Amino acid sequence: MWAWIQKFSSPKYFYDMSAKLIPWFAIPALVIGVYGLYLGFFVAPTDYQQGESYRIIFIHVPAAWMSLFIYMVMAISAGIGLIWQIRLADVIAASSAPIGASFTFVALVTGSLWGKPMWGTYWVWDARLTSELILLFLYFGYMALQASIEDQRMADKASGLLAIVGVVNIPIIHYSVEWWNTLHQGATVTKLDKPSIHIDMLIPLLLMALAFKLFYATMVLVRARNEALYRDRNRRWVRELVEKL
Amino acid sequence: MLKAFYYLLLRDMRLALRSRHELANPLIFFVLVVTLFPLAVMPTPERLQEMAPGVIWVAALLSVLLSLDRLFKQDYEDGSLDQLMLSPNPLVVLVLAKVGAHWLLTGLPLVIIAPLLGVFMQLSSESLSVLIWSLLLGTPVLSLIGAIGVSLTVAVNRGGVLLSLIVLPLYIPVLIFGANAIDVANDGMSVRGQLYFLGAVLALALSLAPLATAVALRITASR
Repeated sequence: MWAWIQKFSSPKYFYDMSAKLIPWFAIPALVIGVYGLYLGFFVAPTDYQQGESYRIIFIHVPAAWMSLFIYMVMAISAGIGLIWQIRLADVIAASSAPIGASFTFVALVTGSLWGKPMWGTYWVWDARLTSELILLFLYFGYMALQASIEDQRMADKASGLLAIVGVVNIPIIHYSVEWWNTLHQGATVTKLDKPSIHIDMLIPLLLMALAFKLFYATMVLVRARNEALYRDRNRRWVRELVEKL
Repeated sequence: MLKAFYYLLLRDMRLALRSRHELANPLIFFVLVVTLFPLAVMPTPERLQEMAPGVIWVAALLSVLLSLDRLFKQDYEDGSLDQLMLSPNPLVVLVLAKVGAHWLLTGLPLVIIAPLLGVFMQLSSESLSVLIWSLLLGTPVLSLIGAIGVSLTVAVNRGGVLLSLIVLPLYIPVLIFGANAIDVANDGMSVRGQLYFLGAVLALALSLAPLATAVALRITASR
């Protein structure tokens, strides 16, 4: 088992293997994404309360799910990197951060676009939007720390620890923001009662969530490949690779 | 072990008290920031009262943030941090001593001077006592969480902005509950819930933050 992990997590093996894996994620991501968007935008029924503008949830909600999911992936792989000293785990964590930050950003933008027709303003200090904004800051902190320490091993370990501290803090931040929100303006935010979602809306939503996950897998592999190449730029296997070109 | 804790605490206090202006600066900054707000808006008593919790707490946050650098930076640069990490005493205890000294020298003065600012901001006497309690429970958390941030950035040159980027998001729960306690006290309602929450966060930070700080120091300060 250990030997297998060692073998699989060597950058060279990962580089070769991921080249084969990427299409297996990229193509389903594209197909399912297009189909899910088609179902969401054209087939799913119009919402009786929100009209057509609710359709942004097919992007907004999966993006918001991904923003948290990727932070968890990042923290877990950073933890693996810290504990078992597996370099590949650090590479995965480091290359996940910008993707996670982008998903968080997408969730924020789509959320505020949805807010304009629904709340009449682009930004409301709603608990979820605020937590998402803070999550974006947590991503930025991680990326800034990763970028500003020159020694790569130290950068990985330090930012990995920060990611773990962030994970401990996320529930505290989330609940305190929620609590703050109910105190300050619970009444002014029109909390639309969400009836259990219609099945024709649920299917495209889940399809989009799956497509986003596959898209993330593709992107993280692509980025991690680059990162692995870059980090090992002075090692023999990369040189041999370059010489072959 | 207790001896080590005591001596390190004493050493840090003594060192800091020898450069008093450095101690005074965050405090003056705290007062100055709070003074700016009444100048920036029409200072009617109602408006000031309404703004007071947020303004005072944000100013306290920033002032602690400015003073954090002192926590490990000097010791890192002159090598005494290496000595501390080599010592047979558990690093967690030493970290706790350093954070304790930091709080006694920056957090506690904030708490002491806060009533003056409360008067500036037209707070009632009940709100004033809540302000003191919330700062008393909240500022140690700021020092504890800040220690994690400083220890992560200790090897970075000009890490000031980076430090605030890392630490400020983690300060948000303290800010919310600290400011809200005063807000609620202004309305004359019970503030127990908020203070209990701050106490709970303090207990959690007291038990976990030194561990994280010790691990972070082992990562970043080992040369």
